[in-house]
Amino acid sequence: MRRSVFLLSALGFGYAFLYLPIALLIAWSFNGARLVNVWGGFSTKWYVELARNDAFLDAAFLSLKVAATSATAALALGTLAAVVLVRFGRFRGRMLFNGLIAAPLVMPEVILGLALLLMFVALEQVIGWPDGRGFSTIVIAHTTIGMAYATVVVRSRLAQMDESLEEAAMDLGAKPMKVFFVITIPVIAPSLAAAWLLAFTLSLDDVVVAQFVSGPGATTLPIEVFSSVRLGVSPQVNALGTIIVVVVACIIFTAWRLMSVKKT
Amino acid sequence: MRVGGWQRLWGRRVVLGIPYVWLVAFFLVPLLIVGKISISEIAQAVPPYEPLLEFAEGGLVAVRATFTNFTLLFEDDLYVTAYFQSLTIAGISTIFCLLIGYPMALAIARAREDRRGPLLLLVILPFWTSFLIRVYAWMGILKDEGLLNGLLLWLGVINEPLVILNTDTAVYIGIIYSYLPFMVLPLYATLEKLDPALLEAAADLGAKPLRAFWSVTLPLSVPGIVAGSLLVFVPAVGEYVIPDLLGGGDTQMLGKALWDMFALNRDWPSAAALAVVMLAALAVPIALFQKWQTKLEQAEDEV
Repeated sequence: MRRSVFLLSALGFGYAFLYLPIALLIAWSFNGARLVNVWGGFSTKWYVELARNDAFLDAAFLSLKVAATSATAALALGTLAAVVLVRFGRFRGRMLFNGLIAAPLVMPEVILGLALLLMFVALEQVIGWPDGRGFSTIVIAHTTIGMAYATVVVRSRLAQMDESLEEAAMDLGAKPMKVFFVITIPVIAPSLAAAWLLAFTLSLDDVVVAQFVSGPGATTLPIEVFSSVRLGVSPQVNALGTIIVVVVACIIFTAWRLMSVKKT
Repeated sequence: MRVGGWQRLWGRRVVLGIPYVWLVAFFLVPLLIVGKISISEIAQAVPPYEPLLEFAEGGLVAVRATFTNFTLLFEDDLYVTAYFQSLTIAGISTIFCLLIGYPMALAIARAREDRRGPLLLLVILPFWTSFLIRVYAWMGILKDEGLLNGLLLWLGVINEPLVILNTDTAVYIGIIYSYLPFMVLPLYATLEKLDPALLEAAADLGAKPLRAFWSVTLPLSVPGIVAGSLLVFVPAVGEYVIPDLLGGGDTQMLGKALWDMFALNRDWPSAAALAVVMLAALAVPIALFQKWQTKLEQAEDEV
């Protein structure tokens, strides 16, 4: 097919638009000057300052804990939901189940955050739990969001999977539970890893819902970043952003290489 | 065999029950509570609303529902403006995402097969890095003494810095930038499946590339356009971080208004009423999205 100059330039423009801010952020993080328009020489001092910033470090640690816990729970729940949607056929309440699974994907975060907060407050009034808000309430909120995404990822893989493998194992007398762990899980493993990673990233990135359902003393990294960024451009955030971009790029690139090696 | 059947039935219930209970408890019930509190009276208490039901003497139940939270919303110009401004900003941003994203998706779909993966990966990659930090990077570009103004001044295009940060323009840029990948992905998914033979047939029949695009490619990619537009429009209406960081005092969007009402005014019933109004505005797009999801699911089942 003839290469269209228009399409190629549109693609180039799109990538420039997507990557220019990220490239600038990386450049600024090594800028010795505080200003974005002045180059004060190459410097790593903002990284040193960042490493000494206890507020950021504590928040990062809490965020990683929340993300790991909620991603694991979201993966377990999302896998069950995917099995229900792909393998269970028709059952009463399927419409509602399907709707509940897909709705968090498009629900504005402010509504989700407010709704969960109001429920936690009502629950505390009635049964005395959760006592205040913090780690556990953020984990519950992030699990609900992550579960919706995990279901989408696992479900599409499960739908493509050859069911005859499972049927063969069952014909040979294996119980459904054993079939699931011995046959199904290994086959869909890459999608499980992808789903966990997606839920983990979403949790690590969420500021809106976390702001609703966190309490004093439970500040996640995005909340900390958000409140410092509102005051203006800060070189430490540039350094933090650069670290996040580099780590994410490495993980995604490795995952992608692993997947493409498997295919060939 | 009877025992096995019973076990399977029981196992089935557990597998279905766990995610179902979670979704009802931590998604459906919270939404119902929002509905309930939106018709409760505000109170100077912790939590700041009156109970909806009061158990009066003699076992009578008095319902104290009020719709003042809603009428107040519609009387206050601030929220009416926020409502329309949110829909306008989200709508126009969606159109821009489509205009930028469509050629990108088409270019990737028509690239050599072994190049499509890496090209698509480049679109997804920014989505995996922190959304907050990418929006923040625009603050450094757009502010008065920022990079864009510096560049334009240096080039001599302008003599005085343009005020872009803290205006609606900055909000548009932020939303288009953040949601562009959500537009490209579903578009690519439909365009990639398009049979090249159709375009060849159109060319054989004498259609110029532009004509072939209008009568073949575009109509066949409508599902991708709908899906992408919804994935951009719906979250953009409730966007809170972007108007807060890039917008100005006169940029009123529902998401930000809701947060301010909740956190600054501590008026939970009104915030809940605003959430209900927002959901009502988004009910049609969300239902459309659900329908599209179901269609996708049916297509997957057929494969």
